[in-house]
Amino acid sequence: MRALSEVPHRSVAGRRSSDIVIKVLAWIAASLGIALMGWVIVVCVQRGIAAWNWDFFTQLPTPVGEPGGGIANALVGTLIMTALATALGVPAGFFAGVYLAEFGKNSRFAHGMRMVTNVMMGIPSIIVGLFSYMLLVPTLGTFSGWAGALALAVIMLPVMARTTEDILNLVPNEMRESALAVGAPRWRATLGVVVKAARAGLLTGAILAVVRVSGETAPLLFTALNSAYWTIDPGQPYANLTVTIYQYANSPFPDWQEKAWGASLLIIVLVLGANITVRLIAQRGKQ
Amino acid sequence: MSDTGHSLNGGWRVRDMASRARRAPSSRTDTAFRGFTIACSLFIALLMLGITIALVEGSWESMREFGLSFLWTSDWDINKGVYGALTPMIGTLTTTLIAMGIALPLALVIALLLVELVHPVAARIIGTAVEMLAAIPSIIYGMWGLFVLVPIMQAHVIPWLQSTPLGQIPWLLGGPPLGVGILTAGLILAFMVLPFITAVSRDVLRMVPTVTKEAGYGMGATTWEVTRKVSFRYGFGGFVGATFIGLGRAFGETMAVAYVIGNSFTIPESIIAPGTTFASAIANQFPEAVGLQKAALMELGLILFLVTIVFQLIAQLWLGYVNKKVGIR
Amino acid sequence: MREPTTEVSTAEPQSQATVVPPRIEVDDVTQAGQERHSDLEVKMSVRNLDFWYGKSQALFDNSIDYYQNRVTAIIGPSGCGKSTHIRCLNRIYELYRDHKASGEIVLDGNNVLGSGVDVLDVRRRVGMIFQKPSPFPMTVFENIAYGLKLFYKLNRSELRDRVEDALRRAALWDEVKDKLNEPGTGLSGGQQQRLCIARTIATEPEVVLMDEPCSAIDPIATGKIEDLIEELKHQYTILIVTHNMQQAARVSEYTAFFFQGYIVEFGETTKLFSNPDQKQTEDYITGRFG
Repeated sequence: MRALSEVPHRSVAGRRSSDIVIKVLAWIAASLGIALMGWVIVVCVQRGIAAWNWDFFTQLPTPVGEPGGGIANALVGTLIMTALATALGVPAGFFAGVYLAEFGKNSRFAHGMRMVTNVMMGIPSIIVGLFSYMLLVPTLGTFSGWAGALALAVIMLPVMARTTEDILNLVPNEMRESALAVGAPRWRATLGVVVKAARAGLLTGAILAVVRVSGETAPLLFTALNSAYWTIDPGQPYANLTVTIYQYANSPFPDWQEKAWGASLLIIVLVLGANITVRLIAQRGKQ
Repeated sequence: MSDTGHSLNGGWRVRDMASRARRAPSSRTDTAFRGFTIACSLFIALLMLGITIALVEGSWESMREFGLSFLWTSDWDINKGVYGALTPMIGTLTTTLIAMGIALPLALVIALLLVELVHPVAARIIGTAVEMLAAIPSIIYGMWGLFVLVPIMQAHVIPWLQSTPLGQIPWLLGGPPLGVGILTAGLILAFMVLPFITAVSRDVLRMVPTVTKEAGYGMGATTWEVTRKVSFRYGFGGFVGATFIGLGRAFGETMAVAYVIGNSFTIPESIIAPGTTFASAIANQFPEAVGLQKAALMELGLILFLVTIVFQLIAQLWLGYVNKKVGIR
Repeated sequence: MREPTTEVSTAEPQSQATVVPPRIEVDDVTQAGQERHSDLEVKMSVRNLDFWYGKSQALFDNSIDYYQNRVTAIIGPSGCGKSTHIRCLNRIYELYRDHKASGEIVLDGNNVLGSGVDVLDVRRRVGMIFQKPSPFPMTVFENIAYGLKLFYKLNRSELRDRVEDALRRAALWDEVKDKLNEPGTGLSGGQQQRLCIARTIATEPEVVLMDEPCSAIDPIATGKIEDLIEELKHQYTILIVTHNMQQAARVSEYTAFFFQGYIVEFGETTKLFSNPDQKQTEDYITGRFG
């Protein structure tokens, strides 16, 4: 074996310059990516603000060609439909998550369930829309708020289950042990101690799951469809923000396109607002 | 890493004991509670089964009519009643490929920047912004694509690309610059998955233990050498997982694509030509479809569903395998 | 060495505000060393080294010589700056924005902290073993080859020879020769630490810094590493930070006692442990604090 000092060296300068090249590239790429992402927001704010006025939030849509009007029905519709979906998706997802975290640590069945849940999370939302359509639309004979809410709930369920499992896993085991050690039955130890300890995280997870679903469009296209009227009865085609955006943006009328931007901004504000609020709460919880 | 693994195992043992104690017929409520949570978990599995059944049932007519040839038929003719999945398949694959080709390297370098290069305060601000962008619904990206990106592609980007030597390749950049098309859809998809992959990659890089990185620097490696050979290796499983999930998202994304792909059911002659994807075809045609067309769209949905499941399963199994091989966890 | 100017409160060894620590003149150290060990070559000498974590100073005016082919143990209570001190010697502290060092660290006539010095080269010449075993997420073979591939153009067979040689010198070859293509992280804790030592000596550094290398592994593995240190000192200059005074006494020829960022005493290990000059040293080694 040669002495290492006799072995030809790789040039340190060369290694250094490739390091610098990569760093510069990283800066350029990052600035580019961030600029592009910022661009999306800026455009939405610019164009969306123009559409915002009192009528926009309080009036029904006007027929084609007539100026004015608003998207009040779509806003209310989205809120109601999301609430219906939450009522089904969040509790069921929560208990499924409780099972995965608290009972199903190492059984084969639980591994299977965990896998199914993960796979379900990755299923495109439009597929869930097709499922909800098949299940409800022919039966009820019409597009309906129920079908829309069902689709949203199905999307929410696995998300909530996974979030619950992840958050409950963060609760230290000592807490379970000490609850059981004082003689609490398992369900009390779980709900009264473990879940209580994790409640801030669980709430955060639930809010994020709900918010995420509230921006979904694809699963509503042929379940809830849309409506130009006040719709409180979920047995009817249901007005909602996202399908309104889709239809208005695809229309040739500048007035409608403007309203689509306005509705987009509204959704951005709702989604980002909820995200920021949740973060602030989480941060305060840490302190 | 090994520490957590150890305490986790300890935890399992304790839980096992606890559940054995629980199985003693002391508490009926406990059994009921456990049963209820199992039922909720099973409900998710049942939904998955339900989705499969619904899609098969919905596409039955089309499957009977076209059989397997549906997969390689490029026609989509409502008047003749002939439908095939080849065009959306090509559209889906090319847009996903373009999106991942752009988003993946970008996401990795941004994550590298956030973890290794910028001041921690700046990293937190940028990181939060990235997470926020990942939360924005895809329809917003679609809108932006339609009204902002498409005109720019049409007026500037595509003509410029066509003026470069690459523009001479007909299957790459041939045809009129319409603005809408495969390339534009791929770009929008890239923007859409970028924040997501960035956020996951950042989390993966953050998990690399400080001592492992320091050991790399201690050997006399540069930042890039440590990142490439140590951190990326360490987080490899995570990156592959992120890639697969990003891929799954891009593959099944509807709204970001539906606006800008042009919705054409002829096989695109180049990447700037309009086309369609599984999801955008369903979004565009399903509300008004009837009869065989509806069944054919359902079958597109079924294919998309099956492909997604395969993706997800591969991702899950692969993650387990890689983590075991590299020795993480 | 001068007497400390103040009595040090042993109740709160962490707090710097209440203590005026002893001062050591540079010349004292050098002269003491030269008088007694004129036949020894100084490999690395530290002069007036100060160190800051942000605004809080962690090292004060450290001056010390490390002798070639000798093992120097660095002892002292937790938080006394032992690790901080050796993290300056290969400039690994620079990875963190608010860590700052000033002074001189002279390695073969060049100031390591100077601006004209290539930090990558410094780290090749001054290897480091960390408290926790830190194998890279690669195979055993690749772990050893990593440093070699960074600095040298070696063909496949030369690389193989050198990997084997490094593993043999780290007394690990017999245990891993059938596992070269398995992940380094799959080895036991003690084997992982010897893997890290093999990885470091593969590139033939001149100085090897060991930051409590045995604190995360079991006694038997510790014994193997101590034997290894005994073996390696013929080729390298070794610095070992340790909490364990028996270990310091077993493996080292020289010992430096650190306290609150100051080098309180430095000398031959036998002398320092049997008849320390400083009251603080005596208190520490007799277990009155720390």
